Amino acid sequence: MLRATLKSLLARKVRLLLSGLAVVLGVMFVAGSFVLTDTLSRSFDSIFSDAYSQTDVTVAGKPKVEVSELDGESVPAPVPASAVDTVAALPGVAQARGMVAADGATLIGSNGKAVGSFGPPQLGENWLGENALTQLREGRGPTADDEIVINKGLAEAGKVAVGDRVGVLTLDAKQRTFTIVGTFGYSGDRDSLGGVNEIAFTDPVAQQLMLGRTGLFTSIDVKGTDGTDPATLKERVAAALGADYNVRTGEEAAADDAQGLKDGLGFFNNILLGFAGIALFVGIFLIINTFSIVVAQRTRELALLRAVGASRRQVIGSVLTEAVVIGVVASVIGTAAGIGVGALLANLAARFADGLSLAGIGVPPVALIASFAVGLIVTIVAAVTPALRASRIPPIAAMQDVATPDRPLTKITTLGAIVSAAAGALLGIGLYADGGLMLVAGGVLLAFVGVALLTPVLSRPVVGLLGRLFSWSVPGKLGRLNSGRNPRRTAITAAALMVGIALVTGVGVIASSAKTSIAGSIDSMDAQLIIQGTQTGPRPPTFDPTVVERAKAVPGVRDAVGVASDLAKVDGEQQFVTSVTDAAVIPAIYGSTAVAGDITRQGPDQAIVNAETATERGWAVGSVLTVQLTRGEEHRYTVSGIAPTDKSIGEIMLPAAAMADFAQPTLSLGFVRLDEGTPVASVQPQVEALVADNPLVSVIDQATFTQQQSDMLDQVLVMIQILLALAILIAVLGIVNTLALSVMERTRELGLLRAIGLGRAATMRMITVEAVVISVFGALLGVVVGGGLGAAVVRALRDQGFTDLTLPWSTIGIYLAVAALVGCVAAILPSIRAARLNVLGAIAHE
Amino acid sequence: MTASDPVAARADDVWKVYGSGEAEVIALRGVSVTFQRGVFTAIMGPSGSGKSTLMHCLAGLDSVTRGEVRIGETTVTGLGDAGLTRLRRDKVGFIFQQFNLLPTLSAKENILLPLAIAGRKPDDAWFDTVIRTVGLQDRLEHRPAQLSGGQQQRVACARALVARPEVIFADEPTGNLDSRSGADVLGFLRDSVRQHGQTIVMVTHDPVAASYADRVIFLADGAVVDELHDPSPDMVLDRMKKLDAPAEVER
Repeated sequence: MLRATLKSLLARKVRLLLSGLAVVLGVMFVAGSFVLTDTLSRSFDSIFSDAYSQTDVTVAGKPKVEVSELDGESVPAPVPASAVDTVAALPGVAQARGMVAADGATLIGSNGKAVGSFGPPQLGENWLGENALTQLREGRGPTADDEIVINKGLAEAGKVAVGDRVGVLTLDAKQRTFTIVGTFGYSGDRDSLGGVNEIAFTDPVAQQLMLGRTGLFTSIDVKGTDGTDPATLKERVAAALGADYNVRTGEEAAADDAQGLKDGLGFFNNILLGFAGIALFVGIFLIINTFSIVVAQRTRELALLRAVGASRRQVIGSVLTEAVVIGVVASVIGTAAGIGVGALLANLAARFADGLSLAGIGVPPVALIASFAVGLIVTIVAAVTPALRASRIPPIAAMQDVATPDRPLTKITTLGAIVSAAAGALLGIGLYADGGLMLVAGGVLLAFVGVALLTPVLSRPVVGLLGRLFSWSVPGKLGRLNSGRNPRRTAITAAALMVGIALVTGVGVIASSAKTSIAGSIDSMDAQLIIQGTQTGPRPPTFDPTVVERAKAVPGVRDAVGVASDLAKVDGEQQFVTSVTDAAVIPAIYGSTAVAGDITRQGPDQAIVNAETATERGWAVGSVLTVQLTRGEEHRYTVSGIAPTDKSIGEIMLPAAAMADFAQPTLSLGFVRLDEGTPVASVQPQVEALVADNPLVSVIDQATFTQQQSDMLDQVLVMIQILLALAILIAVLGIVNTLALSVMERTRELGLLRAIGLGRAATMRMITVEAVVISVFGALLGVVVGGGLGAAVVRALRDQGFTDLTLPWSTIGIYLAVAALVGCVAAILPSIRAARLNVLGAIAHE
Repeated sequence: MTASDPVAARADDVWKVYGSGEAEVIALRGVSVTFQRGVFTAIMGPSGSGKSTLMHCLAGLDSVTRGEVRIGETTVTGLGDAGLTRLRRDKVGFIFQQFNLLPTLSAKENILLPLAIAGRKPDDAWFDTVIRTVGLQDRLEHRPAQLSGGQQQRVACARALVARPEVIFADEPTGNLDSRSGADVLGFLRDSVRQHGQTIVMVTHDPVAASYADRVIFLADGAVVDELHDPSPDMVLDRMKKLDAPAEVER
């Protein structure tokens, strides 16, 4: 029996190739994500162990606010110079040096533009001289306060050289000019450590610019005397300094720091796996269809097996065995391809982040396990229904053509309605009752299954209607009839395409609604100019609070306000907080009124919170909040007003004085209100002049601001579209597959059509019409389902500022047009095959 | 199964009704017939007489509306799918008009397929006997596509014989063959009855094919109307003409 199964599988390998291909692509995605993230993660490991290779023990202040990895990095409390002396005096310490290294130093390149980095920090630090790791490439270390050395990678990126005078932006938000006296690199001829940009100053300059005042360090770098165990040294240092310090061995520090990046990579990996999941979900549709069609085509063969004594279970076993074989083969190929793709992407990433030397491509066991598990499970799950159907073929079918009457669609439709209703319930709870993302995702998945089950019923009228567009010619009419003659087959094929299209449409609806909502809220703001930085690194660029004060003095300006933001610990929980130079201006700009209390005034110990945060955390006017900022001591604020959520600046607005204790005590956003009737163009240049020394900060009008926001959303949208492309590609394979199998099934019929005079071109047109009808049907379903899902999400987020529901009609139109095109492309191979049929052979075809 | 039991299969007052209401078609009207062990029986009748239906009901491929079917000591009527599967596996063999060989398996694998499905070991001596009877000694490794129609049907016969079933049901086994190949096939079907005591029930509309049988049962309008023993083609043709005549008049 097994032998019969395997032989029959081999004989039909081409037919099953495409369904296997869907699994291959999905598994490739899974394996590729794991290999990519694992390789990068181990590469980062080596960077951090390199960075700490010269360190036995490192000492840093405990951060006042522990920031979760996804929100950024905790800023440790600075270490006073006295602590360095204490450590240096300990026995077993050969050398203890105070280090300054903080993110936020930006070089202005020779073209006057800031040199950005995507991801790796831009460190401003003190120059500690050369060692086995750090090596000067040119020049010397800085000795005067206006001298710096920079790493070679940064020098190349900014096209600057030793001897140049260059501008540097640091945390104090003012551009200063320095002379480059040297460049440095790292052992192994690396121009940077993993793409990090570094600017090294003399100690006092580094302290002043990066930590706010002299006499402070970020950490102490301790080197033990020969033969001193780092662990022992760590104990000794910790005992000497007390509980306020975080003392770690170099190894521990490297592992800790790497962990942060690994968590980020893990998150990234989960996103990739999510998209792989979608692709595989679509793959299931394809496999179900292939197996169903193959089972239908093998009716006589399977009936014979039943007639000569095979039990139902044996028939099910035989179909599932096929699934297992396909699953295994596809998993092997997919995993191999995934390792290749992962390695390729890791190499690209390494090239992009100059200086990241890859740790060698790694295939973690979890990649293999996940790939095979996913490949097998997907194939087997998809084969269950066709296997059951195969087992229901009566043995009598071996003797006569059992007329397979159109099985009624009542059962499948009822099931579809139930599943859809369940999906609606899940979505409702997830979206409106704050049931969480998992419920929403589950609801979306169920919705797809439900709609897929309803698709056969829908396919008759819709396909009929769509087909009318082509019915003007005989081949067109035949194609239309063909696409309608097996509603289940058409439905599954279309449903596979629906999933991908629905997701891109849904995201598109959310994005376009977000855009109009943002545009609307910006439009309604009474602030004609916005001062804002272009983010080029991990931290947003900032500007000095005096800019706002000076802007107020510009003729024609009625008012100006600046906003700084940071992460703080509020009542023990991490929370975004803002500090505003003048709280009274905010309601004036938004035209908002208080939900409770007073939001037009703010005393020195008062906080204004937005309505959503207040509800979430149970705060009311009069509640006392204990706030720990990045610097300084805990402070208590009393809630004095509650602002409407969509017309407030941040979750908790603290008074202007709090800004001094922020990680960056400078402004990241500013609003300028003009006197009524003052043309924007007349004021803009004068405000621009105020931030002219900072190329990262610009003054823009409302239209530009709106454009920037929507550009950002567009970028996200494009990323999602790219990641969903695989799911759509698999759906296209599904169309090819269905058509190819249908052509094979209708060999005799095609032969007849050709025999009675249907030309080759007409035959191809007939197949193409069928493909286009299926693909457009799938896209239509996707657009409707996706539009519905997107609209539901937008409505649910109304309180969060999604005031408008906008459907991206032009994008939807493009999706439909692309679907039609995709149908044509999918029809190419099957239609060529159909046209090439030998007429005589086809008619005699058994 | 006991050798002393002379009856291999029997139908008692079997009725088969398809559809209901206006679409109701009565295919069999109270057919009672007994098939003796070691006898080659042909069932004949014009199109729509119910001969195929009778065979399907006897073989357990189709359920009966009323009455009882037995094969050996097994009551077929009322068996569930598992019981029917066991019946087909152990007691019944089939030969089809379309041969129905698995195109991916060699002749030998096709012949041994029922045994493989049942998980039984072939009896080598018997296998050789069967192969010799059907004359396939040097064709065993061929695929069905490499065999002529006659050879394919011989493979199908061997497949039915090798499991030594209680009854072999043959559905127009010569319908797709030229007369010479057909004669070969009928010849060793008869031989297997004569020499090895195999029971065969064959549905056919070909008087020449029917003349190979020991006994011919004639069906018309779902009922047994006549019976012949040791027939010649002419006798069969003669009876058939009589059966066809009323049908012609009706038209």
